[in-house]
Amino acid sequence: MTRYLFRRLLLTIPVLFFVSLIVFSLIALIPGDPARIMLGEEASREALDVLRRQMGLDRPILVRYLLWMGRVVQGDLGRSVRDGRSVALTLAQKIPVTAELAVTSLLVAWAIAIPAGALAAWKRRSVVDYAATTVSLAGISIPNFWLGIMLIYLLAVNWRWLPPSGYVEPWVDLGRNLKLMIMPSIVLGTALAALVMRLLRSSMIEVLGSDYIRTARAKGLADTTLVVRHAMKNAMIPVATIMGLQLGGLLGGAVITETIFAVPGVGRLAVESILTRDYPMVQGVVLFAAVAVVAVNLIVDMAYALLDPRIRLEERA
Amino acid sequence: MRAPRAAHVADAVLPAPDAVIQAPRTYGFRYLLRRYARNRLSLVGMWIVLLIVVTAAAAPWLAPYNPTKPDFFNTLQRPTPAHLLGTDDLGRDVLSRVIYGTRISLLAGVISVGIAVLVGLPLGLVSGFYRGRLDDVLMRITDAMLSFPFLVLALALVAVLGAGLDRAMIAIGIVFMPAFIRLARGQVLSEREQNYVEAARALGAGDGRLLRKHILPNILSPVLVQSSLSTATAITAEATLSFLGLGTQPPTPSWGSMLNFAQPYLGTAPWMAIYPGIAIFATVLALNVLGDGLREALDPRFR
Repeated sequence: MTRYLFRRLLLTIPVLFFVSLIVFSLIALIPGDPARIMLGEEASREALDVLRRQMGLDRPILVRYLLWMGRVVQGDLGRSVRDGRSVALTLAQKIPVTAELAVTSLLVAWAIAIPAGALAAWKRRSVVDYAATTVSLAGISIPNFWLGIMLIYLLAVNWRWLPPSGYVEPWVDLGRNLKLMIMPSIVLGTALAALVMRLLRSSMIEVLGSDYIRTARAKGLADTTLVVRHAMKNAMIPVATIMGLQLGGLLGGAVITETIFAVPGVGRLAVESILTRDYPMVQGVVLFAAVAVVAVNLIVDMAYALLDPRIRLEERA
Repeated sequence: MRAPRAAHVADAVLPAPDAVIQAPRTYGFRYLLRRYARNRLSLVGMWIVLLIVVTAAAAPWLAPYNPTKPDFFNTLQRPTPAHLLGTDDLGRDVLSRVIYGTRISLLAGVISVGIAVLVGLPLGLVSGFYRGRLDDVLMRITDAMLSFPFLVLALALVAVLGAGLDRAMIAIGIVFMPAFIRLARGQVLSEREQNYVEAARALGAGDGRLLRKHILPNILSPVLVQSSLSTATAITAEATLSFLGLGTQPPTPSWGSMLNFAQPYLGTAPWMAIYPGIAIFATVLALNVLGDGLREALDPRFR
């Protein structure tokens, strides 16, 4: 058991190493002079020299990587070239906002996908199944920025049910905060709901065909108990397995959703820093996103080892 | 049904029946088409994709107006018989722009997936065939690349490469690469253990010939399925980048950038936002249906 956990932990080291290498080379491989690109054509020679020295552009690339890595490990992600803010501190301010959006979107997604997926599998090849499958195909295909714009058009501009965009901290005004979160959560949750529904449907179909379900049915259990109490537990396993993937989708989707709805989170920070060529900030955001996904994958795998004895036994064999 | 090529070779020398039974699954085009056509929805998807391709090819003849020429006397016109989908803030015909936008979207989808396949497929083939150090390193790199949220990595690459359609396509292509490397590698790992590979090797086929002539044709169907589904994602990705102002640049009509410029006019000219969005939605939906149908037709598990 401990051995498995240790080995799994060890496996993340090369992944994190290559993640850091990719994030570092993003900026290192910029064609031309990064300092000039960041500061623009009109920048003075002094300003360019300062930035070049600050970024260590006068040193060999390997040294630059090691220096950068050394700082990153200590939590120093550098400073914004635009306003000198600490990248790490800025991220720390934005992460809770994106986290709230991610959680509400996940809730929206699961609230739709879990009942729909279970029902579609249970009533396989029925009207319900076809409807759920078609809707989920549409959910996967609909571009989230268009969905966002259409929601704003209908719910905010036309019917005036909801404020179109903006953000208020939950501790300032919880009601308004939740109201502002409704549309972004629907937009961000839709694609995820479609994905989870498809996955749950197919895993549920498999589980419902297994022996223990037949036994339970022979025992005379009601269908509802069977699906909700017995089949659901096992059918949810693949859904839990792709938590990392789901988080990745949420973080990617947050870029769009936060931009459309003016939510000041990590996603909007990414777009703003790319548009202003604030490369240290871009690096920080990208590194954060990848490390978050790696961490979630690690946690999911470890939780499995703790919960499912088969994984541990496989290791020993 | 056309007999698999490698099985011919094996058969000629070793008339062992299991070599034929376990031989790779290559089917004639007609057989596949028949299997594909069994699902009505897939057929509809295919027709819509064909329609979109024709629209893209015939855009200059189909579009009633010049898609980039402003007409300041007719700005923000609601849909009328003269302008079926209305006009935008510069008086340009929305229908003509949507029709021309088909070209950009298809181009972006095909080229970026093409880049991913052309680089990813050979890398995956070699990696899975030779294993060893190269495979180890390549797998760790793909692990790392797959840890980045798709859109975040594409955005970061565009930030480095600069805005523009060509760069957006390269960025999307790079982001798709690890999926194709993984797919090809996994397929090769199982194919290289098959009898037909051994038979071909016994006949003196070198590694290059083995990979090109025997293994490659047998792993193409999952690659085809993955490509069609990836094209749908790539089209959305290009539209997303253009929506953020990082992809196709004005005045070139692209569905994503049309939506970007439509935002301030939601209250006064919603048609500017509605129709390009429907175009993206329909195209991506049709490609997804096509991809699902191909998977059903090609994957032996669905038979």
